[in-house]
Amino acid sequence: MQFASFSDFLAMGGYGFFVWLSFGTCAVILIGILVSSWLEGKGLKKSIRDQVAREARIKQAQQEQNL
Amino acid sequence: MWKWLHPYAKAERAYQLCNTLLPYFAVISIVCILVGWVWGLAFAPADYQQKDSYRIIFIHVPSAILSMGAYSSMAIAAIVALVWQIRNAELAVISIAPVGAAMTAIALITGAAWGKPMWGAWWVWDARLTSELILLFLYFGVISLYHAFEDKKVAGRAACILAIVGVINLPIIHFSVEWWNTLHQGSTITKFDTSAIDPTMLWPLLINILGFAGFVGVIALMRLKNELLRCEQHRPWVRELISRG
Repeated sequence: MQFASFSDFLAMGGYGFFVWLSFGTCAVILIGILVSSWLEGKGLKKSIRDQVAREARIKQAQQEQNL
Repeated sequence: MWKWLHPYAKAERAYQLCNTLLPYFAVISIVCILVGWVWGLAFAPADYQQKDSYRIIFIHVPSAILSMGAYSSMAIAAIVALVWQIRNAELAVISIAPVGAAMTAIALITGAAWGKPMWGAWWVWDARLTSELILLFLYFGVISLYHAFEDKKVAGRAACILAIVGVINLPIIHFSVEWWNTLHQGSTITKFDTSAIDPTMLWPLLINILGFAGFVGVIALMRLKNELLRCEQHRPWVRELISRG
């Protein structure tokens, strides 16, 4: 451990603002793109599932009409 | 010789391959980024000249390397897509572009936050910084060109051509610190020479590079899976996959 205390660690020898600004924005961007890619996949799967269900309903309605 | 590769031109096989590879990339990126950040922030010794501000190197260098690495892989995929007319490679191009842009943005932002305390300026129109900014615009160009066309065949081809043309920027970025007098310091890890960095700092840096590479892999694979699903949503294998939950 290079730092004597936690407040020393946060201060980064006076460069705290710049170091934490870098690591903070980096973390935000990494987590942001991860979450957005994950949500995109989830939404896509839901829309395909909805589409499949809709086609099944249409098919069923057509069969009922033909009876 | 290349016959084993052929099945992966099929979307379903490619999707399965993504699923197989994802956990490995995920574990590598999570472990390496966690270890690399803690090591780099708390355990690596301070620099004799730049003191603790140099700790930004542990994310600046990995993101800069990966911004160029991702571009190279994107350009290779673009060549495969154009030469052999393989649509999965086209989808790979458009899956890699966003995470490449993210890496470039991180490199630029962390560079600015490092430049302010060390050079006294957030930004200078220096060769290295300017060429890296152009890389960001190239990524944006590839992404927006792909979304500018309704016909995805035309869109894919256009995006691939831009991706290949943009490769010219990579050697410019790499050699910018040698060709021109720049404010940016020369490379820290040299391949063929002894490193200009002490092992106590080199190890966390290498671990972070590996972690960022894993992260790029994770996002590219996740997005490739999405693109494959989007393209093939009317095919039976996707229907079956979805209904299985």
